[in-house]
Amino acid sequence: MTIETIEQPSLPFNGVTQTAPAGYRGDHLLVAEMVAPGSRVLDVGCGDGDLLQLLERRGVDGRGIELSREGVNRSVAKGLAVVQGDADTDLDAYPDDSFDYVILSQTLQATRQPKAVLENLLRIGQRAIVSFPNFGYWKMRLQLLVGGHMPRTENLPATWYETPNIHFCTIKDFVQLCDEIHVKMERAVALDRYGRPLRLNAPWWFWNLFGEQGVFLLSRARKPR
Amino acid sequence: MVNLELANIRALPSQEREIDRPSSEVAVFGPDQPLRLDCGVDLSPFQIAYQIYGTLNAERSNAILVCHALTGDQHVANIHPITGKPGWWETLVGPGRPLDTNRYFIICSNVIGGCMGSTGPASTNPATGKPWGLDFPIVTIPDMVRAQAMLIDRLGIETLLAVVGGSMGGMQVLQWSVAYPQRVFSALAIACSTRHSAQNIAFHELGRQAVMADPDWRQGRYFEQGTHPHRGLAVARMAAHITYLSDAALHRKFGRRMQDRELPTFSFDADFQVESYLRHQGSSFVARFDANSYLYLTRAMDYFDIAADHEGVLARAFRGTKTRFCVVSFTSDWLFPTSESRAIVHALNAGGARVSFAEIETDKGHDAFLLDVPEFIDISHAFLQSAASARGLGSDRP
Repeated sequence: MTIETIEQPSLPFNGVTQTAPAGYRGDHLLVAEMVAPGSRVLDVGCGDGDLLQLLERRGVDGRGIELSREGVNRSVAKGLAVVQGDADTDLDAYPDDSFDYVILSQTLQATRQPKAVLENLLRIGQRAIVSFPNFGYWKMRLQLLVGGHMPRTENLPATWYETPNIHFCTIKDFVQLCDEIHVKMERAVALDRYGRPLRLNAPWWFWNLFGEQGVFLLSRARKPR
Repeated sequence: MVNLELANIRALPSQEREIDRPSSEVAVFGPDQPLRLDCGVDLSPFQIAYQIYGTLNAERSNAILVCHALTGDQHVANIHPITGKPGWWETLVGPGRPLDTNRYFIICSNVIGGCMGSTGPASTNPATGKPWGLDFPIVTIPDMVRAQAMLIDRLGIETLLAVVGGSMGGMQVLQWSVAYPQRVFSALAIACSTRHSAQNIAFHELGRQAVMADPDWRQGRYFEQGTHPHRGLAVARMAAHITYLSDAALHRKFGRRMQDRELPTFSFDADFQVESYLRHQGSSFVARFDANSYLYLTRAMDYFDIAADHEGVLARAFRGTKTRFCVVSFTSDWLFPTSESRAIVHALNAGGARVSFAEIETDKGHDAFLLDVPEFIDISHAFLQSAASARGLGSDRP
């Protein structure tokens, strides 16, 4: 079984190439394309700072938070403005509207309070960009259904007892959460296991089944009626 | 007297020489340029002793100010004129080091209140011709920084590429960034805090009481009376030195090992290596440091509280700052623990500052900032390099 990917000129992320140049991860390139040049960005859970470095090269004023000391120190050693901190506890210290974008890349599932974190992202930033592994991905479902064990994939190799990922969700779950807390989805993309965007006009169920991860550009919705 | 080692120590003649006529550059500020102190006194005349390394570029954009810690001085990267030992921060300052003397113009001055050539309680009071002693006005960290700013003016430098320091030096870095934000392009604040904690004030009080309890202190008039409160100052240093280390570091270095003997002597002699080490720390300190200066500088640290000067809200101190910050702490530092650095970072974030923060894993305690800790040195290098690039100084690779 192969996953169909279709290159379309109407992709909302012009410039996203099918093969990642210069070793950049596909999801990083996609996120970078979502960020307007010259904006102020906070990357929550920035890891080794690869995405921040990519953003700074594109003229973005970037800051990062990272939980692991090793990640922070490697980021700071790259000259990036990264602080050691925890998405669950340290976002409260940031004032409202202090950033144009707040990015949460592959971190939501590792937070203790994903909903509170998501609300904090859109308090601190005008917009949030959230990417997360899709637990509805067919390989996950297949392992649970046929294998009868907690799924493990190339991108999520940890065993259930070692994984930091305590709040997995599917793309469908995430969309429901966004609706519940009145978050507006400006753009949504599902990526295949190589970090390439899936076809644009596919229905949600298709993304939820064949997307290995979801990437969402979110903004504050108008107040609910 | 049981403790013979401590009893025989005296100040070296070179210590007294360095007070008024130091082996350093000296900037003298006459009656037209008094130093306005927080206590309300105008100190005048006064002098600042300083060392410089490297060359100031034509744009005057490569100057870095190093701020020394409580018992440090301006001899950051040269042989010390009293002890003959290498500079206290040669791990960080020198050719090819993070503070590269081939690229940057490095300035380090003795703080006001110090005893290595800047005006302090051991200096001669021009009004009396005798040492100031306790007549010297109380100085604060902001006073030290105000004096440094006058020196930087004198050197013709408008904006410093970086202000760098650890411990009390880190306090000065933070004060620089608050008092003169437009003059500080980047700030590297290591193992420090924006306010001295109750525990740290308590340790300082212990040290001061040890000095003042020494009968040879003579209400601070020991120079005139030909005495020297070396016992009290040594005890103060011994107590303080414990706070600069960690349980793990002491265990690793000394454990319960005996000093030059196999068995306990059943006396109060220094049976244990750790005792011998502490006595050595005490006695070598009194040979190079003035007891009154120790009182004044510990007091300056105690009074330090940036938030108190900004309606109790630390973030207000940093609001709108353009300075690039890097804050560093060490896991085993219990004098200035990581929580203190985290408070600085939260305030900087709330003020919208560009800040990096790294906690370095080490068992070396507070003293780690003075030691060869590779991860710390790498981060310092990367931070200063990125600041230099942002200021158009290019890469450190030729």
